[in-house]
This record gives sequence, C-alpha cells and structure tokens, in this order.
Amino acid sequence: MKLPLTEEAIRRYARHIVLPEVGGVGQRKLLAAKALIVGAGGLGSPAALYLAAAGIGTIGMMDPDAVDLSNLQRQILHSMKDLDRPKVFSAQERMEAINPGVKVVPYHAKLSTENAPEILREYDVVLDGSDNFPTKFLVNDACVMLGIPAVIAGILRFDGQLYTIIPKKGACYRCLFRQPPPPGLIPSCQEAGILGAVAGVLGSLQALQAIKILLGIGEPPAGQVLFFDALPGEFKTIRVGRDPACALCGDAPKITELREEGEVCVL
Amino acid sequence: MPVRVRIPTPLRTITKGAAEVSAKGTDVRELIEDLERQFPGLRERIVDEGGEIRRFINVFMNDEDIRFLKGKETSLKDGDEISIVPAIAAGAAPSDEHHEARGRSQPERT
Repeated sequence: MKLPLTEEAIRRYARHIVLPEVGGVGQRKLLAAKALIVGAGGLGSPAALYLAAAGIGTIGMMDPDAVDLSNLQRQILHSMKDLDRPKVFSAQERMEAINPGVKVVPYHAKLSTENAPEILREYDVVLDGSDNFPTKFLVNDACVMLGIPAVIAGILRFDGQLYTIIPKKGACYRCLFRQPPPPGLIPSCQEAGILGAVAGVLGSLQALQAIKILLGIGEPPAGQVLFFDALPGEFKTIRVGRDPACALCGDAPKITELREEGEVCVL
Repeated sequence: MPVRVRIPTPLRTITKGAAEVSAKGTDVRELIEDLERQFPGLRERIVDEGGEIRRFINVFMNDEDIRFLKGKETSLKDGDEISIVPAIAAGAAPSDEHHEARGRSQPERT
C-alpha cells in the first residue's frame, strides 16, 4: 500500500488521481483491491471493463457459459472471434488488453454452495451480474455470512434494480425478497428480453458502487436500493434497513449454512 | 383519495402498458382491491392465496418498505406514491409468461 505509484500509473490514472476524493491514496487502494464479478454477461461486461480500466488490482470473473451470437447484442466483453469460447477467457483477454496492470482470475464454473466460500473469501467486494435467482441468493447468503459487501443487479426489458448489501448494516437481498419466486410463478428460463444499453447502465452502476465501497466515499451504501426505468428515464434510490426478522441476517437467523435455492426452470 | 401507483414492467400487460396508475384506498389493502377492480388479475400477481404480499414482491410507500410500516394496514393519504417492485433477474422474473406458467403451477412454498 505504501509503494509509490509508478510514473506510468500516474499517467494512466491521472483523471482519478486529480479527484480529491480519490487521489494517489485512493488509487493505491484500488490497485490493492480485489473484486469478484459473478456473470460475464450483460451486467458483468461493463462492470468488468470499468473495474479493469480503474485499476482494480485483482478481478475475479466467474461464469460457466460460452459466448453465443445472441449475447453480443449487450455483452460487450465478447467479440465474434469468441463465439463458443468460455466467456471467462474472452473476458480476461479483453480486460488485460485494456489494462495489463490488473490480474484477472477466471473461474469457468457455476457458483455453488461448495465453491462459494473458498472463492468469495478471497475478495473485498462481490458484484453479482448473474441471470438467475438461485445464484443471486447464493451470492447474497455467502457474502452476508463472510461479511463481504455485495452489489447485486437485476435487469429485465427496460427495468433495472441495484442492491447494495453491506452485511448486518442494511437490508440484504433476503431481507427484501425472502425467497426466489416459486416454481410456476415465473416464466420459463427463456429470455424475456432486455435492451442492451439498460444492461450497460446497471453494470456501470455496479462498477461505480463497488469502487465507492472500496474507496469509502459517497453516501453510506448500506441498504441502498436503486430502481431504473428506462422508458420514462427515471432513477429512484431508496434505503432499506435490515429486517430483524430476516432468515439470514435477522436477530434470530434460521439460515446458518449455504443452501441451493431450487432452480426454477420449467422448460 | 387518489394514490399514484408505480407498476413494474412485468405487470404492465395487465395495466395496458401503463407505468403509473391512479387508485384509491385508505390503506394498502383497499388500494389493492381497487387496483383489482380496475385491472382484473393484478391482485393475484401481488398477493398470494392467503392475501399476503408475495415473498418476492416489495411494496414501498413513499420510499418506505410497507413491512416496516404497518404492512397492508399502512394507511394512505392523497398524493402518496406506492411502488410495486418484484425481484428481477435477467431473463427470469414474474412476468407475462407467468399466466401460462400458472397452468403448470406447483403448490406454492410458504
């Protein structure tokens, strides 16, 4: 942390360093920070590009899937040459091309109750850009148990939601949504559609929120919930407190170990 | 007592595309009944068979989660704004296909 910034780093991060809220001290914090992104898709793409460009020293990228042509409408990490390639590797290549100074750790796997604790505990902040509820609940649960801040985003059509989870300090995802929508009440796993740029807005907000958490600047993030509705062009931010009755982070937690919420795919 | 109600994207097929509607009620329970009168089918998307707000849906009154107020008994006054917010994950949310899916619905976990 005390290492001075190299001359190249001072030039690369000049626009950060000139901000009094960041400065050389803040940039060194970012260079020493570790962030994990779950999902290299529509949300994970812009988040990864901004975190890499910002010089987050270590960026983990987790995704079990390969690049499909239908991804390229919004997943700006990947290119035509990456079709059928695991997303984590095209993500790594793209991030390292922007900033060779960051270390990218690819995890070509799905987050599970088994691998979550050992992987997540390595990181200072976790960004969830996954496309399914079981993973969102797992990220939330593991982060709350490990005491790691999490920034969870969801998108659908023209809507976006951003949840900032600071364990025990504000609402967690489970305080807000006690469980995933039950089987039969959600659509099959087919795409309901998403305007690509909406993913861009939310993924960028995730990166911004993670950077603010790492720097410790701005409004206290605990329990911040942001809603974005692209058609009228409206943002709304509210703050939700921890629910004392929450099964995970409440006063008498019922969930004390990680569990897999049922995959609610009715295809 | 008209209250403005923000309708989330997945439920707008029921409100004929409207993102915001006006409804009446002295509390949230009455408001939901008025919404159902105006937009049949909306109630069951918000509350379960037992009349409780569904677990993956949050209702906010003027930026406050109604669970931290008085739940469905939270009283409303002229000019209040209610937001109905379901959990969403890219490509998987309580959405339009919901009704089709209900045909195959399994017993809801409570």
